[in-house]
Amino acid sequence: MISTETRPAPTSTARWHVAVLVGGFALLAAVAVVSIGIGAQAVPPMDVLRALVAPDGSANQLIVLEVRAPRALLAIGVGAALGVAGVLIQTLSRNALAEPGILGVSTGAGFAMTIGAALGGVASPAAELLVATLGAAGATLLVYAVGRTAPLRLVLTGVALSAVLSGISLGLRLMSPDVFDKYRFWSVGSLAGREQAPLLVPMLAIGLALVGALLLSRSLNAAALGEAVARTLGANIARVRLATLVLITVLAGAATAVAGPILFVGLIVPHVARRLARGSVPWLTGYALVLGPLLMLLADIGSRVLLPTGEVPVAIVTGFLGGPMLIWAVRKYGAGSL
Amino acid sequence: MTTRLRARELTLSYGERVVSTKLSLDVPDGAFTAIVGPNACGKSTLLRAFVRLLRPAAGTVSLDDQQIAAYGSKALARSVGFLPQDPLAPDDIKVRQLVARGRFPHQSLLSMWSQEDEEAVTEAMETAGVSELADRPVQELSGGQRQRAWVAMVLAQRTPYLLLDEPTSFLDITHQYRLLTLLARLRDEGRTVVAVLHDINQACRFADHLVAMKEGRIIAEGAAADIVDAALLKEVFDLPCVVVPDPVTETPMVVPTHFDDP
Ligand SMILES: Nc1ncnc2c1ncn2[C@@H]1O[C@H](COP(=O)(O)OP(=O)(O)O)[C@@H](O)[C@H]1O
Ligand SMILES: [Mg+2]
Repeated sequence: MISTETRPAPTSTARWHVAVLVGGFALLAAVAVVSIGIGAQAVPPMDVLRALVAPDGSANQLIVLEVRAPRALLAIGVGAALGVAGVLIQTLSRNALAEPGILGVSTGAGFAMTIGAALGGVASPAAELLVATLGAAGATLLVYAVGRTAPLRLVLTGVALSAVLSGISLGLRLMSPDVFDKYRFWSVGSLAGREQAPLLVPMLAIGLALVGALLLSRSLNAAALGEAVARTLGANIARVRLATLVLITVLAGAATAVAGPILFVGLIVPHVARRLARGSVPWLTGYALVLGPLLMLLADIGSRVLLPTGEVPVAIVTGFLGGPMLIWAVRKYGAGSL
Repeated sequence: MTTRLRARELTLSYGERVVSTKLSLDVPDGAFTAIVGPNACGKSTLLRAFVRLLRPAAGTVSLDDQQIAAYGSKALARSVGFLPQDPLAPDDIKVRQLVARGRFPHQSLLSMWSQEDEEAVTEAMETAGVSELADRPVQELSGGQRQRAWVAMVLAQRTPYLLLDEPTSFLDITHQYRLLTLLARLRDEGRTVVAVLHDINQACRFADHLVAMKEGRIIAEGAAADIVDAALLKEVFDLPCVVVPDPVTETPMVVPTHFDDP
């Protein structure tokens, strides 16, 4: 890999990407520290760092370690999951408008959680994860079956499915508030208080799926050249597609299991990452790994400071950002494909 | 003439629609084979069977006496390169990136970009004459440049066999001849080239082995000088013509005359 001769573009391109990514991770770390410091009890950045590096048990540090840091970690995990899921779903469908939120995958996961929880079926984090992933898979299959013929049709199908599922959730809640009201959270994504839930299982699932996405990215690069070329390059298209679908549902399902449905992160992240990655799925995935967490942390900060009266769900903040982004994407790509 | 890539008694079909039956072809090694025939006669279908994009309903394609069905997908991709008729590049890809993807069959899940990958890409771009275009987006290239970029992608695969489906369509006449000259040079360097060509005169000029197909069958095959005459053109293309020596290369040249029923 390393050689002393002059090696033109690929190596320098790789160096450029690595430099940008390192800068991105540094920025991410800084934003994480800021995010941890913000709240009813403000903690200065230096104290945050001290709490993380050398805990001494003070009240401020307890807030940081017990509440704020887990929440930042949660935002990072959810952001990475949704960002990379967006990259995978856009690459797979060659559709610039595709996104787990818009396509109803996240809503499907949230809906499955609501029903599962109300029926008393989801008692453990592993069961939550399973139910959410099954919900995501069900929504994916349904939306794909109905809408695969055209990019815009796919999006409309997803939006319609989301609306129907949200409507049913609302109806159930109105019918028996005592049963369903506590699952309200699974119709509008939020990070508030979620850091207290057991996060190990979903975070582990997200971590594994992210590794899987990186391993798969080279095959997706080949797949992007169209079925005939990809197959004659030796890519097993059917297997690549299936693996991608599984990763999308696990990522969207796990993110929804911990934070509820969050729209537009999977749309914003790939579009920004694409400007940097310039046509390479591996780098695109790498950038999504930085940009997704960054966006979620910023949105989470926004959700805490925007209203003086209290927190807004983070999904509302991403919605504010994502709506205009969707309009931009529709105008730029129209109903056409990537 | 030795043969390592051969099709035996193929039945090729899309569902109920049978395109070819009992189709056999020995691809001469180290030679330039051109396949000609009217539209929809099954040229692409045959090529797709050779690169395992289409599974024969009956019969076998073999390489080095092993059925290609038994090859691993990357192993076959290291032996046989294929360029379909209308490949579609992703929006934002640059020429060098496209060419680099030809290295896919040589890479494993975790392998890094190697020195050999780098050399193969550089060499492929030089051979196909797209080195200067390396950092240009594929989308912005002219038809001829884009086609050469795709050829470079297949060359980066470093396969001894190159199969191309109508590589000269959509190119202006100069670029057609340049591309064919490039393919002939690859043949001279030892590769086996198989191309579906539209222009019978170009096929006669460049191919060592000409295969004329009609309605899924091979009507004639051999050196152009041995098989191309007015009778063959009448039978394969239903074209009234005279065949004269090409003033430049002496290979057969088809000059259409008039239809009896205009
Ligand atoms: N994917 C397909 N599904 C069904 N029929 C096909 C398909 N591809 C080609 N055919 C049919 O097979 C026949 C041979 O096609 P093809 O091999 O593409 O011809 P050529 O390349 O000689 O023009 C044509 O009649 C065509 O309509
Ligand atoms: Mg054809």
